[in-house]
Amino acid sequence: MVTQITSFSRSGLSDWMIQRVAGVILLAYFGFVAYTLLNGVGYASWKALHANSAMRIFTLLAALSFAAHAWIGLWAVFTDYLTERMLGPRGNGLRRLCQIGSVLVLLVYLLWVIQIIWG
Amino acid sequence: MLQVSIYRYNPDVDSAPYMQDFQVDTEGKDLMVLDVLEMIKADQDPGVTYRRSCREGVCGSDGLSINGKNGLACITALSETVKGNKLVVRPLPGLPVIRDLVVDMSLFYAQYEKIQPYLQNSTPAPDIERLQTPEDREKLDGLYECILCACCSTSCPSFWWNPDRFIGPAGLLQAYRFLADSRDTATEERLSNLDDPFSVFRCHGIQNCVNVCPKGLNPTKAIGHIRTMLLNRAT
Repeated sequence: MVTQITSFSRSGLSDWMIQRVAGVILLAYFGFVAYTLLNGVGYASWKALHANSAMRIFTLLAALSFAAHAWIGLWAVFTDYLTERMLGPRGNGLRRLCQIGSVLVLLVYLLWVIQIIWG
Repeated sequence: MLQVSIYRYNPDVDSAPYMQDFQVDTEGKDLMVLDVLEMIKADQDPGVTYRRSCREGVCGSDGLSINGKNGLACITALSETVKGNKLVVRPLPGLPVIRDLVVDMSLFYAQYEKIQPYLQNSTPAPDIERLQTPEDREKLDGLYECILCACCSTSCPSFWWNPDRFIGPAGLLQAYRFLADSRDTATEERLSNLDDPFSVFRCHGIQNCVNVCPKGLNPTKAIGHIRTMLLNRAT
């Protein structure tokens, strides 16, 4: 068995399921947002929508889903292309740098979303 | 005259691989790609190197990249692959080239070995063979026919990038062949060995394997079954 410490859940099966559930949540969220925008929305109604607790929770859920989905997806990309096999020994350092960097960026985005919707 | 371009590389002589062009008179016949290679080897350059054995799609020796698509040279007719009178033959992609069209399949076999491709049964052996119902036997159809030609695994980008950690479509098809076998009792151990981020879950379902399998098998479907078994076991 191949062990990994930088994948999202450390388990291939769990990552796979989380990414699919997150994908459905993101589809539902952006579908809802697109539907709302296409039906015409002004500042007041947009502000009222996002002041609603249900919408705040939905947005937070979408942000969490985005972070998890991106972590799992980017981790797969980094472990495909930034490897010792592809780039020689420097591939290992570069991969770890990108993995840590991407997780930190996603964390910042997540905290920023929380500040915007709950702040 | 058919224009044939063949990948050539002899590490003892060549500093880098190159493509060599040949002209072959097929006399208007719809030959197999292997026939064309044989004609070149016999009449033009005996040094052209490739694997072959049964010449009827059973042994899986002559898996090659033929006009950009993996397939068995012995059962790929010119009429189904040649466009614009040009035939380009390269070794299977993603594996180290030993010489010309011959690749080192050690990584492919190492992945096959990992899935323990043999029946395991911890119960006492019966006096007669272990019996199966016709329904249980049917579950192996579409799985046991694999000839390990490596056309599928070497068409899979996930296998190109991680041939040491991703089992690959050929190995996973065989993994499911034993998971689906009613006579095998090592299901739990087999699933445990596959439950990591690479062995199974590097498959992103792009189905290159299905597209190229010369036996018409569906590794993606088998991988889906393995995922379901892992999911049912863990949730």
